[in-house]
Amino acid sequence: MGQIILSGVTKRFGDAEVIPPLDLDIEDGEFVVFVGPSGCGKSTLLRLIAGLEDTTAGRITIDGRDATGMPPAKRGLAMVFQSYALYPHMSVRKNIAFPLRMAGASQAEQDRKVEAAAKVLNLTSYLDRRPGQLSGGQRQRVAIGRAIVREPSAFLFDEPLSNLDAALRVGMRMEISELHEKLRTTMIYVTHDQVEAMTMADKIVVLNAGRIEQVGGPLELYRNPRNLFVAGFIGSPKMNFISGPEAQRFGAHTIGIRPEHIGVHPTMGDWRGVVGVSEHLGSDTFFHVHDTGLAPGLTVRAGGEVALRHGDTVFLTPEADKIHRFDQNGQRL
Amino acid sequence: MSTQASRSAARLMLSPAVGLLLIWMIVPLVLTLWFSFQRYNLLYPDRSGFIGLANYVNFVGTSGFLDAILNTLILVVGVLAITVVGGILIALLIDQPLWGQGIVRILVISPFFIMPPVAALIWKNMFFNPTNGLFAELFKFIGLRPFDFLGQAPLGSIILIVSWEWLPFATLILLTALQSLSSEQLEAAEMDGAPPVKRFWFIMLPHLARAITVVILIETIFLLGIFGEILVTTNGGPGNASTTLTYLVYKEALLDFDAGTAAAGGVVAVILANIVAMFLMRAVGRNLDA
Repeated sequence: MGQIILSGVTKRFGDAEVIPPLDLDIEDGEFVVFVGPSGCGKSTLLRLIAGLEDTTAGRITIDGRDATGMPPAKRGLAMVFQSYALYPHMSVRKNIAFPLRMAGASQAEQDRKVEAAAKVLNLTSYLDRRPGQLSGGQRQRVAIGRAIVREPSAFLFDEPLSNLDAALRVGMRMEISELHEKLRTTMIYVTHDQVEAMTMADKIVVLNAGRIEQVGGPLELYRNPRNLFVAGFIGSPKMNFISGPEAQRFGAHTIGIRPEHIGVHPTMGDWRGVVGVSEHLGSDTFFHVHDTGLAPGLTVRAGGEVALRHGDTVFLTPEADKIHRFDQNGQRL
Repeated sequence: MSTQASRSAARLMLSPAVGLLLIWMIVPLVLTLWFSFQRYNLLYPDRSGFIGLANYVNFVGTSGFLDAILNTLILVVGVLAITVVGGILIALLIDQPLWGQGIVRILVISPFFIMPPVAALIWKNMFFNPTNGLFAELFKFIGLRPFDFLGQAPLGSIILIVSWEWLPFATLILLTALQSLSSEQLEAAEMDGAPPVKRFWFIMLPHLARAITVVILIETIFLLGIFGEILVTTNGGPGNASTTLTYLVYKEALLDFDAGTAAAGGVVAVILANIVAMFLMRAVGRNLDA
């Protein structure tokens, strides 16, 4: 079980309201990702759920029990920290066994569970090393191992991959997703990286300045962003925003169009521009098009083989049914 | 310093300092060794010359010799125990966010800046004095008979004074070590179900191991040579109750004017210090390895 319900949860540090009253339901077994720019309160929200911060107001319910005032250890949650927070003076085995030892488990039970966790995480041959002798990815796995053995009702991840290099990050992303499939335990994952959010989540919670901007599945957010913030935050490269007369032509204050929804043609189209920098990724090419008179620059995706050079004139045509329209308050029309 | 040329240049540049330090250390040691084998009593300048191990026999045969060694060890161990345990507790306390933290920290550190004889005199006259001391007043206030600290428990009183002097040092080192502990580790332990006492025992104390080692090693160096506090409070007495090896050497050299025996005592003290150092490095030295 791992159902978590936040109702009216608020956090203030002195006069600064970091999280205005917030409601959120997390269902059992879901992989929920909190995503947002740095300082948006996503880590604070996670720490509130963990019990490492006191809630100023509101209720946190875990599996039907009011956990608002409960100490962290009693909530049945396990957390993986950004710095991994391994105990440097203990071997990997002792690190993983620590929660069991604190719970007073027998030595046999500790050994059994540690071995099982090590097997799942490919750590068996490292059990007698110290954390200092492990690579970043291995440390990450030890931290996850320490969380697994407690058999928590939910896992909390606080930007666990941000200290890893890019290749390892992709690998760990898969491993964590795989782990979720295997354990089917609720996971709450905090990140500022929308790619991590899109690839891993069942449900994404987009946060901005402590407020929830939108909650939904990855593709739902991608296809139907509720406002300008979500539209700009989800998707890479970013959605292009155009305001002014061209937007009014579509009956909106601002229109947004994703790079992959703009057609490129050398001689004919709706918008005329000049090719700037192009990024060749092999499968795709992203062109930055200037001097369209619509926005400082538009990003356009084309196939990997499109041959356009810096300074060429191009014509762009947006796919009419893929245009997102927003009013002057940034809300979707 | 990676090329051959820069390495040899570095050695060349370092050599004058190293050589000077070597001479600085070797000359007094050799002189002490030399005097320890000479008949050299300031009261009888005419009697001189090599006398073999007689000075050593003489020093070891002094009535207070065994007491002095025992007292030295008790003093060192006692002060170490009090300062390490007390230092950890005070460091834990002033690491908490409390009102007036800056001033509290300065107050805690300040005893370290008081010169040892001054500190000892203040303790002797202000606190320990059995008629006018503050402790005597306190005892009288709660209806007890004043306790003559320096008369009844001379070594204990000196341990108290020296501990007071060295507590700030231990606190300071342990406080900085405590502050270098990542809060995420403590939070992780909290999530893992460790109550405060276990968090201290399993996370904080191992983290402090290296700092505790540093405190023990540095303090031992200075505690083996404690002298001023004894001189101004008990003069090694009553009897030999608070005579340490250092004080015994002083007594031979400057009260009995027997420089030869004092030199032998100095050599014995060096040997004792090395034995203590060896034990310490065995016991706690491995904490210094990364």
